[in-house]
Amino acid sequence: MKTLITCAALAALQLFAASAALAQAKEQFFPLLVYRTGPYSPNGTPWANGKQDYIKLINARDGGINGVKLSFEECETGYATDKGVECYERLKGKGASVFDPQATGITFALTDKVPNDKIPLITLGYGLSASADGGVFAWNFPLMGSYWTAADVLIQHLGKKEGGLDKLKGKKIALVYHDSPFGKEPIPMLEERQKMHGFDLIKIPVTAPGVEQKSAWLQVRQARPDYVLLWGWGVMNSTALKEAQATGYPREKMYGVWWSGAEPDVKDVGEGAKGYNALNLNTSGQSPKVIQDILKYVHEKGQGTGPKDEVGSVLYTRGLVIQALAVEAVRRAQERFGKGKVMTGEQVRWGLENLALDDKKLAALGLTGVIRPISTSCFDHQGSTSVRVHTWDGSKWNFSSDWYQADEQIIKPMVKAAADKYAGEKKLTRRTPQDCQS
Amino acid sequence: MGPFLETLVGGLMSGMLYSLIALGFVLIFKASGVFNFAQGAMVLFAALAMARFAEWLPKLTGMDSKVLINVLAFVGALAVMVIVAWLVERLALSRLVNQEGVTLLMATLGIAYLLEGAGQMLFGNDIYKIDIGLPKDPMFLFEQTFEGGILVSKEDLYAALIAAALVAGLSLFFQKTATGRALRAVADDHQAAQSIGIPLSRIWVIVWSVAGIVALVAGMIWGSKLGVQFSLSLVALKALPVVILGGLTSVPGAIVGGLLIGVGEKLSEAYLGPMLGGGIEYWFGYVLVLVVLLVRPQGLFGEKIIDRV
Amino acid sequence: MLYRENGQFKTTYAADSQILPIRQDRIAMALLLAVAFIVIPMVSSEYLLRAIFIPFLILSLAALGLNVLVGYCGQISLGSGAFMAVGAYVAYNCQARFEGMPLIVSLLAGGLGATVLGVAFGLPSLRIKGLYLAVATLAAQFFVDWACLRLKWVTNDSTSGSVSVANLNLFGVSVESPAARYLLCLAFVVVFALATKNIVRGHIGRSWMAMRDMDVAAAVIGIRPIQAKLSAFAVSSFIIGVAGALWGFVHLGSWEPAAFGINRSFDLLFMVIIGGLGSISGAFFGAAFIVVLPLLLDKLPYWTGLPMDTATASHLALMIFGALIVFFLIKEPHGLARLWATAKEKLRLWPFPH
Repeated sequence: MKTLITCAALAALQLFAASAALAQAKEQFFPLLVYRTGPYSPNGTPWANGKQDYIKLINARDGGINGVKLSFEECETGYATDKGVECYERLKGKGASVFDPQATGITFALTDKVPNDKIPLITLGYGLSASADGGVFAWNFPLMGSYWTAADVLIQHLGKKEGGLDKLKGKKIALVYHDSPFGKEPIPMLEERQKMHGFDLIKIPVTAPGVEQKSAWLQVRQARPDYVLLWGWGVMNSTALKEAQATGYPREKMYGVWWSGAEPDVKDVGEGAKGYNALNLNTSGQSPKVIQDILKYVHEKGQGTGPKDEVGSVLYTRGLVIQALAVEAVRRAQERFGKGKVMTGEQVRWGLENLALDDKKLAALGLTGVIRPISTSCFDHQGSTSVRVHTWDGSKWNFSSDWYQADEQIIKPMVKAAADKYAGEKKLTRRTPQDCQS
Repeated sequence: MGPFLETLVGGLMSGMLYSLIALGFVLIFKASGVFNFAQGAMVLFAALAMARFAEWLPKLTGMDSKVLINVLAFVGALAVMVIVAWLVERLALSRLVNQEGVTLLMATLGIAYLLEGAGQMLFGNDIYKIDIGLPKDPMFLFEQTFEGGILVSKEDLYAALIAAALVAGLSLFFQKTATGRALRAVADDHQAAQSIGIPLSRIWVIVWSVAGIVALVAGMIWGSKLGVQFSLSLVALKALPVVILGGLTSVPGAIVGGLLIGVGEKLSEAYLGPMLGGGIEYWFGYVLVLVVLLVRPQGLFGEKIIDRV
Repeated sequence: MLYRENGQFKTTYAADSQILPIRQDRIAMALLLAVAFIVIPMVSSEYLLRAIFIPFLILSLAALGLNVLVGYCGQISLGSGAFMAVGAYVAYNCQARFEGMPLIVSLLAGGLGATVLGVAFGLPSLRIKGLYLAVATLAAQFFVDWACLRLKWVTNDSTSGSVSVANLNLFGVSVESPAARYLLCLAFVVVFALATKNIVRGHIGRSWMAMRDMDVAAAVIGIRPIQAKLSAFAVSSFIIGVAGALWGFVHLGSWEPAAFGINRSFDLLFMVIIGGLGSISGAFFGAAFIVVLPLLLDKLPYWTGLPMDTATASHLALMIFGALIVFFLIKEPHGLARLWATAKEKLRLWPFPH
């Protein structure tokens, strides 16, 4: 009992001390919010490994960003909002200049806090779709796509398959989605497109975490839709494919969002998932130069975070891309605010708003073929909406379409309307161009 | 008519799978009066053990006969569950003998966290595969009478048969063997059983081991259906209404409760769901149980609760 | 020696029946309140306030509410997360739909909303007992989880299903800084703790305890079960509802229904059991245990010096957490409050052995 009390006292002292510690002044600190436990860990783990490996690569291969070494600390959130908030509060005092919450729920909670703390959030391919409007969401960066662009591209692709968007009239499209803000995000966009093209949209929610989906798929079987869009995360994806197999729904007619189309989702279904399609924001495989560099500078030195055969997988590469964009934002900020210095959150935000990665720059980073060029601005926090469809052939993913762009004509007004609504509720004013120069 | 029958059959199959997990709850409650909230974690632990043993055995010994690997993995997992049962009884239960129900419930929750953490630390938290050769593709019956036929999942059918066999085996065990009789005596009255010489702690180890075996079979079947990962322990939450509906102390109750809940859930989702926007399956089972309990507070087959003042 | 009652004579009935009859207790409580109100906001870092003290206060309020139901009235409830959720969403709706609604009114309205739900789900307790009731309350949990996602009017037609509040202010004073939020939560906790202590010392509290100990006998001597049980549910869910509203407004700022899931319910029940059933201070001990311990455990593997990734550290933390729960239940089934009470008893004799 006594030892317990002394331990507790020591620990409490540690907490006091840790909270009062000063940030490391010489290194650029990257907090890594991850989930390596819980029902979403099969997908969260490669993502986290990709982020960490890229930081190690920059340190090992380049010696940091213009000489400033990178440091990091992981914090386990388990996909839970309150743990994410606790991790954020703990790590922001260490000199954090950018956060990737890895979860839509945590993003919502942090979106309210970051304007006060002046730290940008990178929510690549997730988060609030309206946050692409940098005039209202000054600190959110849904780079490379949001759920609205994903839904838009999927409809474009299905239209192309049918031979024209007008041929979608009368077709049935079912959306099997994770019953949470993440899963519900695409619905407004799909309903908008439904009005435009006249297809039938059947919404089938799956209670989180999506472990039991028999009813959902019996409903799918009875509705007999022409296509099924899968909007799941974690275990829900592989369970959905297994249930699709068990109810005999052809996997070729299933299309997943980019969070439902990675190896953990299909690996143990194997041949049963053959023909399943999904969106992909980035390429996968071990041939891109940056992956080769990681294998050489990180894994071969025994510093790899995860298993070697995970390097280059879809989610690993995505995590790597997120970290690469963060690093490039820091580099860009350094160009303006001082090379060789540690950047603050506000400065990194400027960097994120002035990212201009063209083919040449991507080649220098080793990211050729991994992502398309991306260029952000003060009012456009998305930068690029290029995405492709890939298909599982039983043992690996192969690209099965050209690059799509989201239809700005439809998306921009919706984003602006949603952003205006948010600004009205929160009593925010739109940013002025002068505000962008900071 | 076709869709209704399909949903009904699907519900019955699901129900059997729920009762597999519910059996573990009932067994432990019957014999020791403990509501084992750790049953879900036990299912996960057992399934993880079997999945990983099946993965490691070929690497260690080079065997490639799938049947042999699966059997050995099963036996290995069984041994692990018996050890877990023994540890739980020695370290936790024997020292909590006369506590109130709520305390024991919380203790089993603590054990659940312990098992979840230990399982994932020892065996990993990726999605692992259990492949016992159950066919994954569906079969379609009565294709002439109903358009598209009635879908019956072959995997679920085999699972239901295994569950039925397990229940039959357990019933035989309880009725015909001496240990079974001892278990029933302990379930009736601990002190009376002790006074005629039945060793209480040994009985509890046996009960928890049997519950562990049931958890292993449940984990094997659910794991083969869904893949073995942390979220498997959450399936126990779907089995809770089954336990309560059937009555905490009745094995046939677990089966009947399972069938009723399975059918109720699936039919409600199919017919009531679209009116309410979908996703009602999870709470419908519980609300159904609530309604039944208002009429029969001890569940369908449970022992009547008698309060003596 | 220090903790003797020598010389403390009571001359009025009021003095005799006060909550803290021993002078040393009163001094200690005054000191504690002084530290809590004055010292802590001044010296604590933002992290300590935001991530430790505020969650501790809000969860101890919720545990207080649950203790009323489980500890004093003996009705096991596994649906407390649902009551927190209802409190948070009703408070949000009050705040969002009515321009200029004062914060306190919204929070209390959240409590009232939770009360309605609590009484509704408390009605089965008249018929169903024990573990059966526990599982029946899970119906409340899952139903509310679903309703918050599906019924649009709950989230004020938010497209994403997630709601957020901002620009909190209390009669014009902004409640955005960590210290201000901490003081708001502390004020609520102190008021509610005092109120609850007085309720359980009165005839309502005694009727609850009678129900807990032997409800048939209580009915025989004239305590109406319907009044006792439903009042317990009502008071308990009011407190839990206010705690839920505080959790959403002050701690999270923006939340989705998953924030009030079944894990939250289990956490609250742990706090009550480990803290001590049927004791007000037990709620605080339990909340401290559950809030601070996981944070410590997350750091513990790193102190051993072994290189460990976050996954293993998390699993180890979970294992130690589970083991500690079982350990505490074995060592002191009546919770930390009983340990504290025993310590105080020993203190009365100290330094003498008997």
